[in-house]
Amino acid sequence: MMIYDFFISIFHNELIAAFLNSIIPVAFIVPFALFAVYLERKVSAHMQDRLGPMRVGAHGWLQSFADILKLLQKEDIVAAKADKKLFNIAPVLTFVGCYAVFAVIPFSSAYIGANLDLGLLYIVAVSGFVVAGILMAGWGSNNKYSLFGAVRSAAQIVSYEIPTTLVIITIIIVTKSLNLYDLSVNQTSNMFNWMIFGGYVEGWHKIALIPFMFIGFIIIYISTLAEVNRTPFDIPEAESELVAGYHTEYSGMKFAMFFLAEYANMFAVSAIVSAIFLGGFQSPFGYLGSTLNLPWLIPIEQFFWFASKGIFFVFVQMWLRWTLPRLRVDQLMAMCWKYLIPIAVVNLLIVALIMVL
Amino acid sequence: MLTEFGKAFTFILFAIIFVAAGILTAKLIRPARPTKEKLSTYECGENPEGAPWVKFNIRFYVVALIFLIFDVEIVLIVPWAMVYQSYGIGGFFVGFIFIILLFLGMFYEWRKGDLDWVRPRIVPPRPMLKKAAPVQSDLPETNTLSLEQSNQG
Repeated sequence: MMIYDFFISIFHNELIAAFLNSIIPVAFIVPFALFAVYLERKVSAHMQDRLGPMRVGAHGWLQSFADILKLLQKEDIVAAKADKKLFNIAPVLTFVGCYAVFAVIPFSSAYIGANLDLGLLYIVAVSGFVVAGILMAGWGSNNKYSLFGAVRSAAQIVSYEIPTTLVIITIIIVTKSLNLYDLSVNQTSNMFNWMIFGGYVEGWHKIALIPFMFIGFIIIYISTLAEVNRTPFDIPEAESELVAGYHTEYSGMKFAMFFLAEYANMFAVSAIVSAIFLGGFQSPFGYLGSTLNLPWLIPIEQFFWFASKGIFFVFVQMWLRWTLPRLRVDQLMAMCWKYLIPIAVVNLLIVALIMVL
Repeated sequence: MLTEFGKAFTFILFAIIFVAAGILTAKLIRPARPTKEKLSTYECGENPEGAPWVKFNIRFYVVALIFLIFDVEIVLIVPWAMVYQSYGIGGFFVGFIFIILLFLGMFYEWRKGDLDWVRPRIVPPRPMLKKAAPVQSDLPETNTLSLEQSNQG
C-alpha cells in the first residue's frame, strides 16, 4: 500500500494527504545533507591524510549541526547594488527545481511522491528551474564573480542535459515506459534484470544490449556529474578563480539553501541514475521479508537499498573530487559536444536497431 | 480528485514554503547591523571597479542556441522512441534519417568551429623595425601574411 493511500485512510482528505506526502522527501534530504556535509569533510580529509572535523562530538559527528546553528545566526547581507528581487527569488527557485525532481523518484515500492507516466521527461523539464535560479543569483548579485559563475554554470548545465536526455531516450526505447516507478518495479530483485545488464528484455537482444547499456551508464554518470557542478566539472564555482561562483554574495540562511539544494541535487542525480540503470529500490538478491514471510519488511528493505545505492554514488562523486583535476572551459565544452553527444547518439541508434531486429 | 500532476505541484508549493520558513526563522534570530562597508559588492577586499555586468564570451550564446535546437529535437524523438517498434524496420529508418539530418547540422557547426572555445592565440613578437630603413620593408609584409594565415587556420 502506498503511503499516500495510508494518509487518505487517516484524514479522508486528498489535499492534506498530498501535502503530508510532499513532506516525506524533506525528512530524508535534510538529514542526508547534514550527513553528506560531514561525510564530504571526512572523505576529503582522509584522502589528504588529515583528520577533518574532530572537536564537536566524537570524531566531529555534530559538526554539521553546529554549522546549521551558525548559519541560522549569521547576518543576511544583501549588497546595496544588488537587484533585490532577483537576489531573493534565486535560492527559492534553485531549491524548488531540485525538490520537484524528488516528486517522481521512487523511494521504495510503498512511496513515490507523484506516480507520473511522464516521469523521466518531467525530471528533464523541472531541472530547468535550477538553471533559472542560478542565472538569477549571478545576475542579481551585481558581482563579477557571480555573473561569470552563473553564465558558466548555465552553459554547462544546458550542454550536459543533451547527453543525459539522449541516454534517457535509449532507455525509453528498451523499456517503452517513462514511468520511473514501473521502471524500478520491472527491474525486479534479480540483479541480471537491471537495465545495466540489458534490462528485462528477452532472448539474444538482452546479451546484445549489455555493452551499449554500460556505455550509456558511463555517459549518464559523467553528464549528471557535470549537471550538479561537481569536480572535475566545477568551473562555475572554481574556488581558485571565482571565489564561490554564483553564490559569492550570499550569506546566512540563503547561502544554506543553495548548499542544501546542491547536496539534494547530488543525491537526486545519483538516485535517478540508480533508478534507471541499477534497479532503483530493488535489492540485488531477493528480500529477507519474502523469505521470512513478513510482507511489511519488504518496503523498509527497499528503502535501505535505495539509500545505499544513492549514498554510494554520492561517495563516488566525493572520491572523484580528490582524484581528478578541474577541466578548462574549452575542454569542458569539447568533452560534451565532441565526445559525449556523438557517442550517445551512435549508442542510441545501435540500441534502436537492436530492439527492432 | 487530485491528479498525479497535482501531487507534483504540492511538492513545488511545499518547497517554496520550506525555503520561506527557513529564511523567516533565521530572520527572527539573526542580527541586522548593516554598514556601508558591509553592503558594498565583494571584490576580494578592493573597492568595486567598473560595472559588474560586463560583456561575456559570445560562445555562451552560441552554446545556448545549439542547445535549443537539440532540446526541440529531443521532444520530437521521445514519441518516436515509444512507438517505432510497432512499425518495424521502416519505423526505425524514419527516426534514423531524422537524427542523421540533425547531426549533419551539428557537424556543420563543428566544422565551422562554433564548438571550439576561443583560445588565446600566441602572437610571435615582431622584430623592432626602423621606418627609416626601406631596405627591410619586405620583412613586415611576410610577417603579417603569416599572421593572417594563422588566423584563418
